[in-house]
Amino acid sequence: MTIFKAQNFINEKVKNLPPSGIRRFFDLVANTKGVISLGVGEPDFVTPWHIREACVQSLEKGYTMYTSNYGMPELREYIAYYLKNRFNLNYDPEKQIMVTVGASEAIDLALRTLISKGDEVLIPEPCYVSYKPITKLTGGVPVTVSTSMKDNFALTADHLEKYITPKSKVLILSYPNNPTGAVLPKEEMEKIASLVIKYNLVVISDEIYNELRYDGPPLSFASLPGLQDRTILINGFSKAFAMTGWRVGYVAAHPDFLAAMLKIHQYTILCAPVMAQMAALEALKNCHLDVERMAEQYNQRRRYVYSRLLEMGLECFEPKGAFYIFPSIEVTGLSSVDFAEELLKEEKVAVVPGNAFGKSGEGFIRCSYAASMNELTEAMNRMERFVVKRLNLNSRAAAQA
Amino acid sequence: MRKKILKLLEKNAKLTAKEIAVMLALPVDRVTKEIADMEQEKIILRYQTLINWERTDEQKVSALIDVKVTPQQDVGFDDIANRIYRYDEVTSVFLISGAYDLSVLVEGKSLKEVASFVSQKLSTLEHVQSTRTHFILKKYKQDGVIFEDREADRRQVLHP
Ligand SMILES: Cc1ncc(COP(=O)(O)O)c(C=O)c1O
Repeated sequence: MTIFKAQNFINEKVKNLPPSGIRRFFDLVANTKGVISLGVGEPDFVTPWHIREACVQSLEKGYTMYTSNYGMPELREYIAYYLKNRFNLNYDPEKQIMVTVGASEAIDLALRTLISKGDEVLIPEPCYVSYKPITKLTGGVPVTVSTSMKDNFALTADHLEKYITPKSKVLILSYPNNPTGAVLPKEEMEKIASLVIKYNLVVISDEIYNELRYDGPPLSFASLPGLQDRTILINGFSKAFAMTGWRVGYVAAHPDFLAAMLKIHQYTILCAPVMAQMAALEALKNCHLDVERMAEQYNQRRRYVYSRLLEMGLECFEPKGAFYIFPSIEVTGLSSVDFAEELLKEEKVAVVPGNAFGKSGEGFIRCSYAASMNELTEAMNRMERFVVKRLNLNSRAAAQA
Repeated sequence: MRKKILKLLEKNAKLTAKEIAVMLALPVDRVTKEIADMEQEKIILRYQTLINWERTDEQKVSALIDVKVTPQQDVGFDDIANRIYRYDEVTSVFLISGAYDLSVLVEGKSLKEVASFVSQKLSTLEHVQSTRTHFILKKYKQDGVIFEDREADRRQVLHP
């Protein structure tokens, strides 16, 4: 009789996926009392009341069934209207827009739809954690393109071009960026767009933080001349509307891409939950002022945290979007992981080590400023104490040497 | 710019001029000066703390009183309001539209104290035609703050 070993049944690709880089750290944080967490990748606001109300009302009216695979027609129309209004993009709500279970599902669908074995996916790093593992699951080859503080963590066309090969098929753009808060300036976007056309690539543009931009109006990569057909535009409700737990996002793309993605979606998901779609509809219809109010508060906190980090002696790039700041901790002489662990132990502030977002994140930490001003003030006081202590130790050691 | 400064201070009077300056990307001396000017101009009246007295041992009773006034020639609402708001027991007075003229918030240590203030001081005032007292049983929300907010931070401690 053979002994049953579950491990032996697990698909090789899944087995070889590295576990989440922050799992161990998560347990450490969860088991420490009195922690102020700047490690959270979601808004501290609860979903605006009238969005919640719209969901409750829809339940009372009995909206508890499947919707169209594409998502509710009225919601798709509002998404099309939003994209037109905000970015002057024209999408046919019947053939080019699909509602998904978060931007997460849309990322998965886009990659599975585009990638065949051996295709190369260009992924600027540091970046959100899902692109690389999903690429590997599809059989694609992730090619990381590192970005650096010197370039404000924005991808540059010159740098990108070095990584393009005949096997390159997809470029993932994720700006405003998690974890750095970087945005792509228009001129650089245009240069990248030329490369995309020159080398015949398709872009997956994850624009989930597009409404949280502090240096001017948002820009969609799809709106550059000639780029709409080549861009799979991904967005969602999680960040701008403070709706992470609802799990609604959407994708807008060329009808052929959308039809292909729909095939996967209809077999694996069927449709996004109707109650969440009802809430999302209310969000797009009536919540533009709520988004502005929240963005204004993030902006104030952003400036505050940025100024405190500089004051305590950390080198830092001024983020222009999302709700993250990504200071360099090099002066402390600590690695990202050591910094995060020691800061947690000594001062009970949780941040995410930068290397969780790729190798080029080493030497940095991600702090989320989606927290109240009181919490941020206290967290910055604690972090300052920690950093100053390290700097003093270092200078004493240097004096002795 | 004033509006932005005021909005921040309205929520948190403890913010320093420096913090406000950083949050709004303004020069500190500008902010300091604007605040001083607004104090001078009586736009900023005072820096107040919002307290949930129910959580203390302090006994406090408050009542909203609708006051109807007999219209008089020569005596405007302002004069009558003035005679009402001079009392220390009175914490707010509003001129309102509708069935009543003035809405008066009175605070005292006990039900009896408030009731006797209304019957002996308020309703006996000249030109006061009638009063209707509503004792406040529970405060849910005041000045934009929910007192017993059930919406705690329920987020996971870390998330990529
Ligand atoms: C860049 C980026 N894309 C996608 C997501 C996932 O968003 P959703 O909640 O819509 O699945 C996140 C969440 O942290 C993110 O930071």
